[in-house]
Amino acid sequence: MILNDKDKFSVIIRFVLAASLLMSPHLHAGEWSGYSAVEYRYFQHQSFFSEPDQHELSTILAPEYYHQWADGQQSIIIAPFLRIDSDDAERTHADLREARWLITDDDWELQIGVGKVFWGVTESQHLVDVINQTDLVENSDTEDKLGQPMINLSLFQDWGTVDLFILPYFRERTFAGKEGRLRSQLVVDTDKADYESAAKQHHVDVAIRWSHTLGDWDIGVSHFYGTNREPLLQLNQQGSRLIPFYEVMNQTGLDVQQTTESWLWKLELIRRETSSDTFTALTGGFEYTFYGVFDSDIDIGLIAEYLWDDRDNELATPFENDLLIGTRLAWNDEPSTELLLGVIQDLDSSDAAWNMEASRRVGDRWKLSVEGRFFSVDTPTNALFQVRDDDYVQLELARYF
Amino acid sequence: MRNWITTLALLIAVLPVVHAETDAEKGLAIMTEADNRDKGWQDSSADMLMILRNRQGKESQREIRVKNLEVNGDGDKGLTVFNTPRDIKGTAFLTYSHSLVPDEQWLYLPAVKRVKRISSKNKSGPFMGSEFAFEDISSFEIPKYSYLFLRDEVLDGQACFVLEMQPQYKHSGYTKSTVWIDKQEYRIQRIDFYDRKNALLKIQRFADYNQYLGQYWRAHTMTMENQQNGKSTTLKWSNFVFRKGLTDKDFEKNDLKRQR
Repeated sequence: MILNDKDKFSVIIRFVLAASLLMSPHLHAGEWSGYSAVEYRYFQHQSFFSEPDQHELSTILAPEYYHQWADGQQSIIIAPFLRIDSDDAERTHADLREARWLITDDDWELQIGVGKVFWGVTESQHLVDVINQTDLVENSDTEDKLGQPMINLSLFQDWGTVDLFILPYFRERTFAGKEGRLRSQLVVDTDKADYESAAKQHHVDVAIRWSHTLGDWDIGVSHFYGTNREPLLQLNQQGSRLIPFYEVMNQTGLDVQQTTESWLWKLELIRRETSSDTFTALTGGFEYTFYGVFDSDIDIGLIAEYLWDDRDNELATPFENDLLIGTRLAWNDEPSTELLLGVIQDLDSSDAAWNMEASRRVGDRWKLSVEGRFFSVDTPTNALFQVRDDDYVQLELARYF
Repeated sequence: MRNWITTLALLIAVLPVVHAETDAEKGLAIMTEADNRDKGWQDSSADMLMILRNRQGKESQREIRVKNLEVNGDGDKGLTVFNTPRDIKGTAFLTYSHSLVPDEQWLYLPAVKRVKRISSKNKSGPFMGSEFAFEDISSFEIPKYSYLFLRDEVLDGQACFVLEMQPQYKHSGYTKSTVWIDKQEYRIQRIDFYDRKNALLKIQRFADYNQYLGQYWRAHTMTMENQQNGKSTTLKWSNFVFRKGLTDKDFEKNDLKRQR
């Protein structure tokens, strides 16, 4: 979807309407929090394409309203999100990250509305985590998610927690637009998204997950049946655009972490079946932490994860035989200074993707973050080949309220 | 026969008096008495205001909510939720503490809705950038230390026992600590912590004790002064509530997500 100024305006209007609804007097009993931020990205190289430039400026507003009653047994959260981007009309977007009503009892919990759920244990990628759609325009690391309409019943038993999900509406993945960086050569036309199911976005997805802690082990087993969050990108008839095609999938997942002293051992394994493909993928590895190095308060963690995928089609995933090596530094100081450095190295070629994230609180309400992503990709069949010249450094200053 | 048993019982009863009680036995007895007096509170919740002060006296604050569940015969369970600083609002810690085997800990990160099992080896590391280490705020259990009675001493007008404690659990940042316990109510009044080089590292002072349920004393002000870096941290406690009826169900991984 290429937003013109009118569309951009309507996104903002919808956000303002949602926000003013939240401000209405009967909601005064709850509490407000959230943040607003300014983000600047500097891209090291000029884009292959004429439209995007090397500077990108964004502002973000992410308020959150929370209200609880019945001694905390019931609560609502409403969390809209808005980004206005200087360049990419697709990155200018509003979303309802959360708008859910939660009812809890001793042995169960029911969540109705728009929510966000995380499954998994690994750091490099999240294979098992399939409930929420990725908000890819937010960040190419796929960590940002769109709100997912759901009914989620959790049952707490001595033998573990069982989560049941009914997901009545599908959210499409966001993609960078024509003026945006980190895009494919052909722009993805999200207005023309197509579906395997005749019900399209209204296909009712279901999921079940069992999770439990047994001593040092934290284990989760899940199954999902519904619309694949990852679309196939197909050429349109004119060969000028990419059209997302969403298949129906069955995915069974396992996630395990063993925690002993300084070691965290992690494994995520999935089996996914769609009408076009059936494959197995895994991420496995460890995080080892040296606490209080050299008599200081600094902790240094070493992360290693192996990423494997048995699909022959290299374009389907950049991580078919790759290794993540990373380090996490925590200063444990008053401003919570942190640094994460990592590289994912393709073991079949010299291709690699570097990543750096650092943050520090400034005063009580401000936070400064720096992020850098660098791609060293020469293999045209690597899924990251298209963004090989989109190396960037990002600065973000956020104010929390 | 009965007489013989009575005699034996009498002998045992007076034994501590007759045979010179060792300083280790006396230390353990004092701490056991202090521990026994604090048994039976079942569950508690409270608000904590943490004030961090750097060497120049510049302050910053964290608002924290704490819930605890007493576990008989093992370490307590604890749930800690941050309200400020705002960037970590909603971040929650769940701890199942144990005497000598490693604690079990989970961390909830609200921005990504992720519950992470974390290593509990980091006993000596600072809690949220403060002068309190994780081991300073974890649940007290008798088997965690060895004890030695040092002397009687008057501290701030109160008659106190002075004990030396040596951590028996792994990965402590201390070789030993010196503890002042008042003789009247068996409350800890002060702890001097000695680092791995046996140099004085920190002094913790306890003040503003209030009694709850007619039995349980809680210090409402705790100050930790680092003697080596000049920084200090004060914990101000308020809104103590006991026996709210919390159970194991309130201290599960799943509960982390709904804390506020």
